[in-house]
Amino acid sequence: MADEKRKGPRDNGAPDYKKNLHPLMAKNYGQWSYHEKIKPGVLVHVAENGDKLYTVRAGSPRTMSVDTVRKICDIADKYCQGHLRFTSRANVEFLLAKKKDIGPLIKEVKEVLGFPIGGTGHSVSNILHTQGWLHCNLPGTDAAGSVKALMDTLMKEFESDNDLPARVKISASCCQINCGGQGDIAINLQHHHPPVIKPEGVGICELPKVVAICPVAAIRPRQQDDGVTTLEVVDEKCMYCGACHGQCPTMEIRDAKTDTLTIWIGGKTASTRNGPSFMKLAVWGLPNNPPRWTEVSDAVHKILDAYKATAYKYERMGEWVERISWQRFFELTGFPFTKYHIDDSAMARTTYNTSAQVRF
Amino acid sequence: MSEKKKKIETPMVDELLDGPWPSFAKDLKEWSSKKPQVGQLLGQLNQSYEDKWNYWQGTVLNVDGYGGGVIARYSELAEEYPDIAQFHTIRVIPPAGWVYSTESLRNLCDIWEKHGAGIMQLHGMTGDILLLGSDNKTTFEAAEELFENGWDLGGSGGALRTLACCVGEARCEMACYDTMKTTTDLTNRYISQLHRPEFPYKYKFKLSGCANDCGCSMQRSDMPIIGTWKDDIRVDQKEVAAFVTEHGADFVRDNVINRCPTRCITLNKKKIEIDNKECVRCMHCINVMHKALRPGVEKGVTILLGGKRTLKIGDTMGVQLVPFMPLKTEEDYDKLYDLVERIWEFWGENAMDHERVGEFIARVGLGTFLDGVGIDPDARMVKAPRTTPYIKFEEITPGRMGGEAEDDPAVSNAEVEQMEKA
Repeated sequence: MADEKRKGPRDNGAPDYKKNLHPLMAKNYGQWSYHEKIKPGVLVHVAENGDKLYTVRAGSPRTMSVDTVRKICDIADKYCQGHLRFTSRANVEFLLAKKKDIGPLIKEVKEVLGFPIGGTGHSVSNILHTQGWLHCNLPGTDAAGSVKALMDTLMKEFESDNDLPARVKISASCCQINCGGQGDIAINLQHHHPPVIKPEGVGICELPKVVAICPVAAIRPRQQDDGVTTLEVVDEKCMYCGACHGQCPTMEIRDAKTDTLTIWIGGKTASTRNGPSFMKLAVWGLPNNPPRWTEVSDAVHKILDAYKATAYKYERMGEWVERISWQRFFELTGFPFTKYHIDDSAMARTTYNTSAQVRF
Repeated sequence: MSEKKKKIETPMVDELLDGPWPSFAKDLKEWSSKKPQVGQLLGQLNQSYEDKWNYWQGTVLNVDGYGGGVIARYSELAEEYPDIAQFHTIRVIPPAGWVYSTESLRNLCDIWEKHGAGIMQLHGMTGDILLLGSDNKTTFEAAEELFENGWDLGGSGGALRTLACCVGEARCEMACYDTMKTTTDLTNRYISQLHRPEFPYKYKFKLSGCANDCGCSMQRSDMPIIGTWKDDIRVDQKEVAAFVTEHGADFVRDNVINRCPTRCITLNKKKIEIDNKECVRCMHCINVMHKALRPGVEKGVTILLGGKRTLKIGDTMGVQLVPFMPLKTEEDYDKLYDLVERIWEFWGENAMDHERVGEFIARVGLGTFLDGVGIDPDARMVKAPRTTPYIKFEEITPGRMGGEAEDDPAVSNAEVEQMEKA
């Protein structure tokens, strides 16, 4: 690296997508007429001119060695004219011009890669997740591992496109920053006390930035007896979000003894029907138990079972609960409704039942 | 490293080797025969499983001329696992819509096997290609070879972030504009803002061809750009009849007619009629009857602003800022760029450190924000008008955002009243 040739930024920008398109995508760009489901994980898109492009969707573990990525390429070279695509949920999409190649391709994907075919239609698709203990500096739990463990129990839901009332998107996050984002079901880590400040480390952080980032103004500078400025946290104000931990590693928010997992449900990004929605707290206090996190998968299945049994077709999880009420949700799943489910944020009042409508 | 390599035991991670879902642990374990650092990575992961504790420290490492794109990680267990003492991630901008030729993917694999640990993630939550496992030297070598091969680093920190979009017109009949082109054009036009952080905090675009939002823009981006249309839904009554025959009228009534949020569809025997004036372009009916119904032909985009996840003020979704804008001609694109730049200027000038644009709007108010970026209010921007009666009408009393903040703002109190009387 030394300064042999300091070339500075190249600012190449984004690669040219046109060079990466499957020939049928390039030919029929903007000229698609309709699509049909052939079977779970397999779609056909039909162009105005009658051209057909077949897509086989396979679930990937997202984290892969270059050897595995090369094996994916080998299959795409053999059947897909050297072109493929990834979805936003880390599924691989093999693109085929010939229908007769679907069978042999699926066989090869299963045998060589061990990837299942599915994730289309009303399925549980691949889980969006964060880095976790594999590569993040802030996590209280793992992601790749917990997702692998949970997906092991959701194969039927991944490989079918009609087993559920509507699609179910799951995400997993390893701290309360929630990089995993919204989902029909989201599994998130929960902290349970204010950050513990490691005094020796405060010097490496920009203190005003740490003070400023606190959403509830709980952090303030403190002059020590020796004249050195450090920080202190007003415990009563702190809501254990960990924003300061991202800013300054000294603000240790995690605690292996007390961190737990919570499950949130009802998030939806599409503007379909009643529009997008945020997920809400369903279950809290689940233990963070590597390497299989069985308490989490048990809870997820309880939710999915109740959803499958009582939701209408095309009703996403949030829409389902909105219709049947949260009261019913807790009855059906057996999870307790507690005072911690009641919002106490600035938006809290918008979540109360301010009517005389009541169910029994 | 010591002469005798100690075999790394990973009993807890090994519990993830089997099972029907593809195992990253199995893949990495096999790969570790070529790259010893990957075995050490699994060793550290196993230690995390044992202790329920994380062993990575994060810091900053920048390639010459770039202010982001490398996520630097240092292991706290470097004594035990020396080959992952430095184990960084390089974010690489993917082709729009995550389409690849095997040639370009193989090129990435070769570069990353040569310079890094050979672990890739397709893709990270930001939408970037993530290359895991380079040290303080190989990061620069890898970046250099990436650049020479036409790749570029993704965004991080208080910068424009790597853009992401759905498959769009490349393979979807529902796409109402060219998401891949727009993603690429925005990336390339603002590549400097992407590489060299100059914003109060991060700024993300995500682009979806229709309201189904497969680009996950609504809650994951500051500026969702979502395809829509202005004219009527195209109806193929022959296909409608075929659908009704196949599924039955009850199915259509339960799953299409009654699920329309504005109840603007009626079923008359085997024909449907749509009151397009009441249609909100939500896509539901088209999703269910995708052979019979299609978006109209006068297409464009709806632009929202201010979405992000929960830190610090709670979840925010984008506010509908531009209900409709065509996005076809160069002039259309110029209007989009002009809007983006006006937003960046007002937000950049007035936001606090670490304040995302949605948080900024929440603090100053949408009305003030519209004034600041020069957009007229539109009833489509709100679910309902205000319920609070405490309003400062600028037509009657001077506006509070009329100019520079005053050092000595005017006050009203009893003393002033008495002085004026005297």
